[in-house]
Formats: sequence, C-alpha cells, structure tokens
Amino acid sequence: MELKLGDYKTEVHNDWCPGCGDFGIVNAIQMSLAEMQIPRHKAAIFSGIGCSGKTSHFINVNGVHTLHGRVLTFAQGAKLTNPDLTVIAAGGDGDGLGIGAGHFVAAGRRNLDLTYIIFNNGVYGLTKGQASPTLKLGEKTKSLPSPNTNYSVNPIGLAIASGFTFVARSYAYDVRHLKDTITAAVKHKGLSFIDVLQPCPTYNDINTRDWYAGMDEVTKVTKPRIYKLNETDYDPVVHYDEENELNQKLTQALIKSLEWGDKIPIGIFYKNEIISQYDKRITDKIPNYLENPPASQTISENGNPSTDISEILNSLSV
Amino acid sequence: MSTDISWLIGGPQGSGVESAANIFSKACASMGYHIFGKREFYSNIKGEHSYFTVRVSDSIIRSNVDNVTLMVAFDAETIFRHYSEIIQNGAIIYDSDLVQTSADEVHTIDAPYKSRLAKHLGPKPTIQNALDFAKNNGAKLYPISFKTILSNMADETNNPRIKGMARMYNVLGVSVSLGILKMPPKTLLDAIGSIFAKKQAIADLNKNAATYSYNYATAKFPDFAFTLNPTSKSQNTILVQGYQGTALGKMACGCRFQPYYPITPASDESVFLESNEIVNVKDDRPGSTIVVQTEDEISAIGMTIGGALTGTRSATCTSGPGFSLMAEALGWAGINEVPIVVTLYQRSGPSTGLPTRHGQDDLLFAIHAGHGEFPKIVYASGDVEESFYDTARCFNYSEQYQLPVIHMMDKFLASSVVTCKRFDVDKIKINRGKLLEKLEPGANYKRFAFTDDNLSPRSKLGLENGIFWNTGDESDEAGHITEDPEMRIKMMDKRQSKLDYVLKTIPDDEQAVSFGIEEISIISWGSPKGPILDAIDLLKKENIKIGFIQVKLLHPFPKDRLGYLFKNVKTIIDVESNHVGQLGELIKQNLQRTPNYYILKYTGRTMTSTEIYDSIKNIIANKAKARQVLTHGA
Ligand SMILES: Cc1ncc(C[n+]2csc(CCOP(=O)(O)OP(=O)(O)O)c2C)c(N)n1
Ligand code: SF4
Ligand SMILES: [Mg+2]
Repeated sequence: MELKLGDYKTEVHNDWCPGCGDFGIVNAIQMSLAEMQIPRHKAAIFSGIGCSGKTSHFINVNGVHTLHGRVLTFAQGAKLTNPDLTVIAAGGDGDGLGIGAGHFVAAGRRNLDLTYIIFNNGVYGLTKGQASPTLKLGEKTKSLPSPNTNYSVNPIGLAIASGFTFVARSYAYDVRHLKDTITAAVKHKGLSFIDVLQPCPTYNDINTRDWYAGMDEVTKVTKPRIYKLNETDYDPVVHYDEENELNQKLTQALIKSLEWGDKIPIGIFYKNEIISQYDKRITDKIPNYLENPPASQTISENGNPSTDISEILNSLSV
Repeated sequence: MSTDISWLIGGPQGSGVESAANIFSKACASMGYHIFGKREFYSNIKGEHSYFTVRVSDSIIRSNVDNVTLMVAFDAETIFRHYSEIIQNGAIIYDSDLVQTSADEVHTIDAPYKSRLAKHLGPKPTIQNALDFAKNNGAKLYPISFKTILSNMADETNNPRIKGMARMYNVLGVSVSLGILKMPPKTLLDAIGSIFAKKQAIADLNKNAATYSYNYATAKFPDFAFTLNPTSKSQNTILVQGYQGTALGKMACGCRFQPYYPITPASDESVFLESNEIVNVKDDRPGSTIVVQTEDEISAIGMTIGGALTGTRSATCTSGPGFSLMAEALGWAGINEVPIVVTLYQRSGPSTGLPTRHGQDDLLFAIHAGHGEFPKIVYASGDVEESFYDTARCFNYSEQYQLPVIHMMDKFLASSVVTCKRFDVDKIKINRGKLLEKLEPGANYKRFAFTDDNLSPRSKLGLENGIFWNTGDESDEAGHITEDPEMRIKMMDKRQSKLDYVLKTIPDDEQAVSFGIEEISIISWGSPKGPILDAIDLLKKENIKIGFIQVKLLHPFPKDRLGYLFKNVKTIIDVESNHVGQLGELIKQNLQRTPNYYILKYTGRTMTSTEIYDSIKNIIANKAKARQVLTHGA
C-alpha cells in the first residue's frame, strides 16, 4: 500500500515560532520519505538538542531525540548494528559544529551510509539567541550584547575536510530543492551532509528571509542571493579513482564553499562514491556482516546461549 | 610438604617481562599448579620499572603475598626495588655485571625512593649493598652473566646472531628459574612452543636458549630449597588474563556491539573482543561482534545506546576518566529505559591519578553518575572467574529492568593472570526481558506504556508495527515530550520503582555472598575478595574465625539482605582499595552502623593476603587503629 505524505506526520503539537525555517525542513524530510516510500519502521530520525532537536517528534517514523551535540554518535550506533535502517540525523548548528564538532569530524572519517542535516540559523535558538559557530565575526544578532568575537566555521569546508562523501547545501524556504537534496543525500552510498540555511525570525535579524531573497533594507542587494549550483556548469561528482580528479573536485568544492554574501550557492558541492563505505570496511574483516548484522543475530535459544566459545577456551586450557 | 612459592621477574618496561611471565605461568599451570600472577607497570612504554609476580601453589590461591621466593633481575632497578622482599632460603638470580652499579646511576629511580634506599642501605647504595642485605636475611645469590651465556651459546651453535639478542634474556631468566626449581624441562619447552605457536623459527631459537640455560642452572645452582615437581592436575583448568573474563562473558551472552575509546586498564578487553570479532554460533552461520574505536567516550556510550535501541546487546568498556565523560548519556539511557552495560575497569584517580595502577575509587561516583534521578544498577565482581558469569548477569539485569548497568571491575582484576575452572557456558542463562520480536498491525504500540510491573514491552528500531520515540526530555507513554506535572509524577514513579523491584527480584546470593558469619566479619566488594579469602584461610589454621560478606549488588543497596547477615556481627571490618572507605559510607547510610575497622589501600598497588592477615591479627590483638592503611608493593 502506498504511503502518503500524511502518513509521515505525527499529531504532536509543534511549538516552533511562527515563520521559523524549521517548518520547511520538517516538511521536506516528510516529503522525501514519502517520495522514497521508505517503510516507517525502517526509518529512524535522530535529533540533537535545540529548537531543531524537536524535529524527530514531528515525523511519524522512529524518532530518537538525543543529547546536545551527540546525535551522530547515537545514529551511527544504530546504523552499525542494523544497517538495514534508513538513518537521518538532524540538529542545530551549535549542536553539530560547536559542542558536537569532534563527532562531526570523526563521522566523516568513518563514512557510514547515513544522512546528517544541520539547521544552520547562526544562533543558539533554544537558549535564546547566543552566537552559533556559523555566525560571522563581528556580526551582532538581536540578542547578542556585543558583536560576535569568533570567526565562523565553514560547515561545507569542514565536511569536505573530514571525509563526508556527499556535501550539499539547501535553503529551508525552498522546500522542493531541500526535498530533492534530502532524497539525493539518502540515496547516496556513504555519509551525506546537508547544510540547511534556516532563518530564525526570532533571534537572527541578519540572515532573514528577506536577506536571502535580496530584499532586505540594510544592504543594497536587489537580486536573490541564493542561486542553484545545478543551474551552472558546476560538476560536483568525483568520476574516477585518480588523485588529480579527487583533488580537483575537493578544491573546487572548498573554493565554492567560500562564496558568501551577495551570491550564495545551494545544491551539491561534492559527491564521491569511490571512497569505501564503512560497511565495506567491516565486510572486509567480517564477510557476513551485512547478511547477519548484530541486530539480526540469534544469541540464545530457550534462554541458553547460542554462542560457542569452546575454541577460545580450548586455547586457554592447561 | 605443600608447595607455595612466589616468583618475581622485573626489568625495564618493553623488555619482554610479560612474555617471560607468560611462559613461566603456562609451564607451572601445565604441571597442575594453581597460578596467581599480577603485572605492575608505570604509565610508560619503554624504560620504567615493570615487574610480574607469579605465585605458584598446589592448593587454591586467590592472591599474592608480600614475600618473594625467587627473583630474576636483569637490571639494577629490579634489585633495588625488591631486594628486601626475598624470604629466607629464597634466592636472587641476577646479572653478575650489575654488582657495582649504584642507585645514583639508575636514572629511572626517583628521588623519594633514592632517599629511602639510602636510609635503608646507607649512603650511596650499590647493588652489592642490596645483595648483602638479602644475603644477611638468608637469601641465596645466583649470579649469572646473561651476556656470556648468549655468547657461549652462539659459539656452540655456530649462530653468531644470538650474541647480541638481549631480548632473549627473558627466556634465559625463566629457564634458569625452572632449572633451579628442578621442574622437568619438557614442560618448559612445551610452554615456549605454545606461546610462540605461530612463529616456528622464534620458538626454535627460544627452545635452544631455554635448554642451554636450563642445563646451565641445574649444574651450577643445584642447592635451592624449593622445587616444582609435577603435581596432580585438576581437570578443566584454564589460564586466563584478567580482562578475558568479561570479554568472554560478553561473547557468550550475546553482546554484539562494543564501541570504546582506548584507556588503561580497560582497552585490553575491547582489543581481545576485536581480535575475536567473528564468533562461532551453535548449528548456525557465524555471528560477529562489531568493535568500534570511537573519537571519545561520549561517542562510545552514545553509539552503545544507539546499538541497544536496535535490540542488539551493546556495551562499552572504560576506566574512570572515560566514565566521567559518559555521565550525561547514562542519564539518557536511564530516562529512556535503554539496556546498556558499561564495564568499568577502575584505576587510581582523581583525574589521571596513577593511570596504570589499581584502585577502587569510583564506587560512589558510579552510583551517583549522571544528573537527575534515574534508576541504574551497579554490580561488582570479586575475581576473574566470577566476572565471566557476572557479565552475563549484568546484561540480563539491563534487559529485564530496562536500565543501564555498570559492571565494576578494576586494574587488579584486569592485569592478573590466574588459573581457574574452565568457564561453563551452560551455566549462563539469557533473559531478554520484555524485548519484542513481533507486533501485529494496529498494535498502537507505546514504548513507555504503563503496566502492572512498571516495565513496558520494548520495541527495537526496525521492528514492524513497533515504531517508537525516545527523548531525553520527560515524555508521555508514546515517548513524546511532556511537561505535564501529573505525567511527570507517573513517569518518575514508574522508573524509580525499578529500584525496589530489583531488590525484590534479584536472588539474595546474587546481591551479596556470605563466606561465613562470625563475631568479627569483613565486608568488602570487588577485587579484595581473593586476598581476604586467603587471609581468612591462614587465620583459620590458627583457629581464628573471621566472617566475610562480599557485596556484589552495590546499587540499589541490598540493605535488608546485609542487615540480616550482619545482625549478630559485633565487629565489622571494611576492606577496600580507596581512601574514603566508600562501601563503609554506604553501610553507615543504609544500615546505620559504622564499620569498627577499615583496612584501606590507596598506593595503587594491589592488596596482598599477607597484609590483610597482618591487619586482622592487629585487630584481634587490640593493637589496631580504626583505620589501617596498607603500603606493600613497589
Ligand atoms: C550539555 C548541554 N549544554 C547546554 C545545553 C543547553 N542548550 C540547549 S539547546 C542549546 C543550543 C541550541 O543551539 P543549536 O544547536 O544551534 O540549535 P537551535 O536551537 O538553534 O536549533 C544549548 C546550548 C544542553 N542542553 N546540554
Ligand atoms: S527561536 Fe528561532 S529557531 Fe527556534 S523556533 Fe524560534 S524561530 Fe525557530
Ligand atoms: Mg542554531
């Protein structure tokens, strides 16, 4: 039976501020799951802590609302033990690039087959608007007592440097583009990352909907800042296993990620399916890992252990 | 006469002391002896003093003793550190080139110890002074030039390569020892063969060296008072490294996922699991344990929880510093009723403390780890054999009661090498509690549904019709966030009621083990068990009766069980490897009784039965302070 978009929505009351970009992201995730017809029990949304962290409660698939900064650790544990799951991790920019930055880098090195979506709003929404790691140096959003004293982290650049094999950006108010990007990310074989530009109307009075649309009154831009990479001749894909090709695509993505201000690219920056996925690295050591992963293994029969450790015990016998 | 000797081998870290001790232990064990060995080492990779003590006996032993029967020293530091421990008629086998060395020349001996040496041996102490001291105590001195043995061997076997192989000293030391102890040489060669089973050429070389030095020793030092003859061998004995108890327990009881971050003394367990990652399954295709080295301990416990949510038995293994980092996630597992096991191999804190040394400092921390109120179980094993079966218990508890279980182990247990009864997998039962394997469509599943026993049927990620939500926030039955005051009360009561339920349903002898109750009785937890039991046996021979209760379930605290056991006890002696007497604090709190005496050790070195024996004698003679602090061990 076909699953409808509505099947992926819960009835949980949504308490985000009116106009929050998070609504668009939740909608896009639901639309993407429906488009891919992923059985509800086979999908799991993991989320961090923050306004964004509530996401998992609004989607009618397994939802695990974890700890501040730790979402990737929980998500990877589930994927490793049950590789059959479609795993999406979601969280704030503070969550993933501040307190959780170590996990972000480590996850990149592993390249498990899952998708990570960062809600990039430049602020710590849920704690009332402090600067997040993506807020630019010297910017002063509404509730900052003084301008931001830290340089901003580049999420796309960090993902590329850490080894993510699918790196993209999208925009919370372009739900169709975001849905397509999520679908491409989930279908990617390996770890995918989407940096979602997410206006926070309550605390971020700089990167507003109007600002992204090029209609703000402060700056003199008159065209939309956001443009789509797939409407240019940009090719993000690493096509063959050669150092030159790899380096060219990496540098191109890195340079592209530095574009900001009057022109902000969205779309896929980098995609590499040549680098081995983590499960391949496991099956090299444990050939039947995918057919018989930890979550499917029989460990007991009628309350008695099924595991046979006699070989090891024999080797210890005296 | 019964045999009970202690053999010590020492040398710079990284010089192979450990493999020598393995050969020695294996040889003795294969002759039917009981073995109790322990490894002491600095937080260092190469150069600092490390040593291995192996006690060998024809009756059951569970501890080390203070004294050494036979010591092998390749370097001056070993002699300087241990010369006073040799018993009368014992012996020191040492490198004859060392005699003139002074303590000042040994740069790894630190200033405080140098000044203690000078006090003991006189100013500017040399090896000769230390040897004289031992000799005056009745020890025999067996000088050997290891260099000459190697070069003679090289000449005789036409193999000049051997000459410079200082690595061979260890095998020489073991072989000379066994020659002096008159052990049949075949045992030695078999032990070498089995330890180097995968490296034929190295095995042969070592066997040649062993035979040569063995013969040398029997000819040159025939007069040693102690011998190791074959003794009757008990069936079904294994020789295990301490950390293998929990590792094999995990394999046997179906733990299939272990993320971890490296830390002494915990990582050996994970490395062992990974080395045996493919597991045999009866009448089925092989299974596997996925062992992941994570970026930190926060990730390790996060992944462990993620694994547990898919219905996989999942654990992590760490020591104090790592466990500190896990505290927040532990509470998440608590509020979401996730069954995980954290194997906690304690060492000496606080902070980095004595990173490679023993301690039982983390009991109260484990009990209170994590903010907020949530149920967990803290369970402690007393020896390696127990730890195998306890591991399976911990997983059962975690799934039966749906909560995190902290399995308390320590460095003493991790780095001991012991003979024990072959682990019996048939004695393990697997209880997965209310884990669901199937749900019908329309089940309207709620992860935290209220039930009569307050335990909800547990789904897993991927189970059809069983989708569920978790959150670290307070939640309703479905697992969605709530701040409703009445729901809060119900959920708190639901979770907290598990603590009573645990005490009601875990059998008495799994909570605390009584080894006899007397007017004077010891209470303890964890690794002091072995030294305590050995000390009690010694006292029994003098017709002194001491009781002993080993507490295994430390949280929730088995108040009723202990109150009953201690009803008629007049004098309670609390024995622990920490400064505070942490179990003593729990007794004060829960039984409203203060232990009359404490025997405590916090040097980072393990307790010996000798020390406990001496302390109890002092108590009986009314000569003891309420707090006795043990100090033995280099
Ligand atoms: C360990 C810990 N420290 C601090 C907090 C408080 N806290 C809650 S949300 C949050 C920041 C949220 O910002 P972000 O991750 O950007 O998410 P947003 O609300 O913007 O979606 C913080 C610091 C916490 N929950 N846990
Ligand atoms: S504070 Fe910002 S991010 Fe949070 S819900 Fe409101 S608008 Fe959205
Ligand atoms: Mg944010």
